Amino acid sequence: MEVAGVLFLSSGLYMGWSLGANDAANIFGTAVGTRMIPFRTAAVICAVFITVGAVISGAGAAKGLGALGAVNALAGSFVVSASAATTVLWMTRAGLPVSTTQAVVGAIIGWNLFTGNPTDRTALTRIVGTWIYGPILGAGIAFILFFVVKFILERMNIHLIRLDKYTRVALILAGVFGAYSLGANNMANVVGVFVPASPFVDLNVFGVIITGTQQLFLIGGLATAVGVATYSKKVMMTIGSNLYKLSPVTAIVVTVSTATVLFLFASEGLKLWMESMGLPSFPLVPVSQSQAAVGSIIGISLAKGGRNLNLKLLRNIVLGWAATPTSAALLSYVALFFMQNVFMQTVYQ
Amino acid sequence: MKQRSEGSGGLFTSRTKQLQLEMDRYFSLIDQGALLLEEAIKRYLEDRMEDFEKKSAEIDTVEHEADTLRRQIKHRLYAEMLIPDSRGDVLGLLETLDNVLDVSKHVTTHFSIEKPEILPFLRDDFRELTESVVKAVLELTLAVRAFFREVYRVTEHLDKVHFWEHEADEIEERLKRKAFATEEITLFSKRVHMRYFAERISLIADEAEEVAERLAVYAIKRNL
Repeated sequence: MEVAGVLFLSSGLYMGWSLGANDAANIFGTAVGTRMIPFRTAAVICAVFITVGAVISGAGAAKGLGALGAVNALAGSFVVSASAATTVLWMTRAGLPVSTTQAVVGAIIGWNLFTGNPTDRTALTRIVGTWIYGPILGAGIAFILFFVVKFILERMNIHLIRLDKYTRVALILAGVFGAYSLGANNMANVVGVFVPASPFVDLNVFGVIITGTQQLFLIGGLATAVGVATYSKKVMMTIGSNLYKLSPVTAIVVTVSTATVLFLFASEGLKLWMESMGLPSFPLVPVSQSQAAVGSIIGISLAKGGRNLNLKLLRNIVLGWAATPTSAALLSYVALFFMQNVFMQTVYQ
Repeated sequence: MKQRSEGSGGLFTSRTKQLQLEMDRYFSLIDQGALLLEEAIKRYLEDRMEDFEKKSAEIDTVEHEADTLRRQIKHRLYAEMLIPDSRGDVLGLLETLDNVLDVSKHVTTHFSIEKPEILPFLRDDFRELTESVVKAVLELTLAVRAFFREVYRVTEHLDKVHFWEHEADEIEERLKRKAFATEEITLFSKRVHMRYFAERISLIADEAEEVAERLAVYAIKRNL
């Protein structure tokens, strides 16, 4: 691969880093913040299982994203990804809730508008739809799960000390599931826009074919691991001690329900199975992890009688729906113009 | 290598199990302290001084063992990073529980040193006061045990702690009124002496109630 290829991939690597730094922290925030799980354990689990999820099951959601607009030139992919990344960075700096998914979707639409490529309405509706029912689904799952956990704990009469031990094990298992689902669903945001213009060729390693797409996902996974190692501790400490104030047991509920939402929108196996049973299946598209988590937290507040329901969280979700994709689309459009007319690069074919 | 503190369990006892056993042992020492106090005062009121001293010495031993155990549990909770979320609450609980035992010990020690002369017409009141106080403590340890296993049952025990503390207060007042109204006690200092001991015994129930107040908050925090 040429040097330009590596350079163009850099924006994707940044997105991967950001996924590791921010979204991985959502999985282990409470566990590490409350010192139930050492950061090192959490970091290793995140790095490994995000990559595993991405390589095994990442392609499904990437296809869903690709349906929106197949960015077919590497320079174009770079601009789309960099615009999304910049939007994420800006909004995070401004303290606004941001979804990587929405930034990427906005940036792709920006590319569509610039190139005159028609935006697939069905794909767009499918993706935007998940922004609404992702959090709702998260709330529903967390609501039910909360009562299941409560029921079990009230009947088992587990000693506080023993419960502590079980909680740690459960936090780790939930974290494994969370990391896997995050990799499977959200890695599409990191490398999805590079798939049609992937500079990688299939490799044959000891008889096992590793496709170019899988190599892309592996690199995304590694970038995520770097994000986890370098920056996520800070974010975890913030989430654990300031933002949501979850107890370790409720943190398990939030992690599992968030991971379930991401998993439902990422698993090809599940989709095929549901279709074979004649059931309506979930579209394979990237969904916002942080919004699924916020939905889950709202679900728990409702299960507790709605006393602590934080309506600001709801407002922030709705705000994110509008602000993030719009700014990313705008930025992407302008940046593509510069890339094509100032730097003389092919941004579409 | 991790250091194992003295008295830790055998090869096949897990650290969790060991800590659970230590905590249970600690709570039964609090129970024992209360029961010994009842026995000691009963003997004092029956003028069986030798038996009283024996029971009083037993309370000292129990108090000492409880102190050691409490330090051991505290060390274990911190050294092994257990229950980081509610560690502070649990330690606060153990320490205030210790006050209950401390006051019981002081009561018997002061009986032993000052040897207050309790006239027959006040003996039943002292006996009744001690019984109420002991009931408050026993109910408290039930609440504490429930906190660790069945948190939803804490409140019903705490209600009883408050009930017995209130009873103790009433008996204390009645006893003091009797002591100051009677013609049988001639010296003012002796009346004050009766008041002092009634208040001291009743203080045990007050300490129990203080633990109960804390426990009520901790129990809310422990709900999911």
